[in-house]
Amino acid sequence: MSGAAAVSIWFRLGWQDIRQRYRRSSLGPMWLTASLAITIAAMGFLYSRLFQQEPGGYVPFLAMGLVIWTFISSLITEGCLVFIQAEGIIKQVRLPLSLHVFRMTWRNTIVLLHHALIIPFIAVAFGLAPHWSWLSIPLGVLAVAATFVLISLVFGALCARFRDIPQIMQSLVQILFFVTPVIWKPESLSAHRWVVDWNPIYHYVEIIRAPLIRMEVPLGSWVFVAACTPLVTAVSLWFFGRCRPRIPYWV
Amino acid sequence: MSVVPNRRIAAQNVVVEYPIYNATSRSLKQTVLRAAAGGSIRGDDRGHVVVRALDNASFEIFDGDRVGVVGHNGAGKTTLLRVLAGVYEPVSGLVEINGRVSALLDLSSGMDNEATGHENIFLRGILMGLTPGQVATRVDEIAEFSGLGDYLAMPMRTYSSGMLMRLAFSVSTCIEPDILLMDEWLSVGDAEFIDKAERRLDALINKASVLVLASHSEDLVHRVCNKVLRMDHGRATLRSIEDTK
Repeated sequence: MSGAAAVSIWFRLGWQDIRQRYRRSSLGPMWLTASLAITIAAMGFLYSRLFQQEPGGYVPFLAMGLVIWTFISSLITEGCLVFIQAEGIIKQVRLPLSLHVFRMTWRNTIVLLHHALIIPFIAVAFGLAPHWSWLSIPLGVLAVAATFVLISLVFGALCARFRDIPQIMQSLVQILFFVTPVIWKPESLSAHRWVVDWNPIYHYVEIIRAPLIRMEVPLGSWVFVAACTPLVTAVSLWFFGRCRPRIPYWV
Repeated sequence: MSVVPNRRIAAQNVVVEYPIYNATSRSLKQTVLRAAAGGSIRGDDRGHVVVRALDNASFEIFDGDRVGVVGHNGAGKTTLLRVLAGVYEPVSGLVEINGRVSALLDLSSGMDNEATGHENIFLRGILMGLTPGQVATRVDEIAEFSGLGDYLAMPMRTYSSGMLMRLAFSVSTCIEPDILLMDEWLSVGDAEFIDKAERRLDALINKASVLVLASHSEDLVHRVCNKVLRMDHGRATLRSIEDTK
């Protein structure tokens, strides 16, 4: 985890990745934001009818959910490739391997900040007034980022060794999208609430989303996240500690 | 830079094995292959193919040593350099290094084709172990040495391969190494640049306390080095240069 200390390196490399996307493109990463905005408009219109929901309640829910989901899903899929893609550096210089994970997470956090531009528009359009609970949002983003740094250490290593796993994870992320309440509201589940309550991704989405749409800090989800954190930390650090010396041979 | 007395490299029974996951081990299960080139290939207990690139290598290199690493293709020269650079951790054995290691292995690693020359000076400098602040103080000198002028504001993909190597060389050599690792003598650019680069490289090597240079050229090794580390199927023998003449 000494990569955290090399902040000047991953900070710069992460920015470089973003600048790369702006190059020779007038919108750069804003293209992703634009396409996300269009998705929200189209799905908001269609699904609020399909699910027979008030657009006023449904569209903000969908918009916030998709912004957060995009963040989480790219952390998962890019986390799988994090060491494979850094092969050129890993095999030439001795640098802390976790540095590549921090770079990937930082890069995706910058993309999230781009996507977050959608939120004020939604807030204005649907009359969401700022609320003190919004202060907990940065903490939620930090919790998600920290958790996926740890998870990417494990999946990055596993995927470097077993090249089938990135494909499997990609399908898994698709499934997670439908299982997690992003396009459907958890309230619409009358029975089988456990599908939501035991889905960790739901809680990581909720700690960022709930303040924005329900104007409350979701204590239950925070408790779940707090309970997961020591477990994730212990397992990841143990596993990564064991694999770390082998990773340069695997990539 | 911290002053480290008695810069030294000590390797004790160092073993490095590469697992090769996409080779079929079936044909190798019974036999241990001894090829003319490369390390020894065998199957491990789980049926993976394993190449033993360093086989119980032991040697000691002291302050002031100029070591030429020689051996046929695949004898383990590059692997050895990567172990000394700290990229590969040996499967077993001990490597003890006193001093700051700078590796001139792949000069352009970490550079980005879409980024400008200036941005690449930073990217490469950071990966050579400099802080962004240190790069900033050297950037003018690097730019000047590269002789690329206004091209530095252009994306690197517009460079010819010679220009790219000029830039990579200029950044990679702006370091103050204790222990310098090199894979073959660096020779870049056109006639005029080669001269300049040669002088810079000589100065760099003179500044370094220890040089480890892998090369196929006997002449070069005899010219630059005082010791020869001969690699043969992953085994290493270190002798003084007089004994090899």
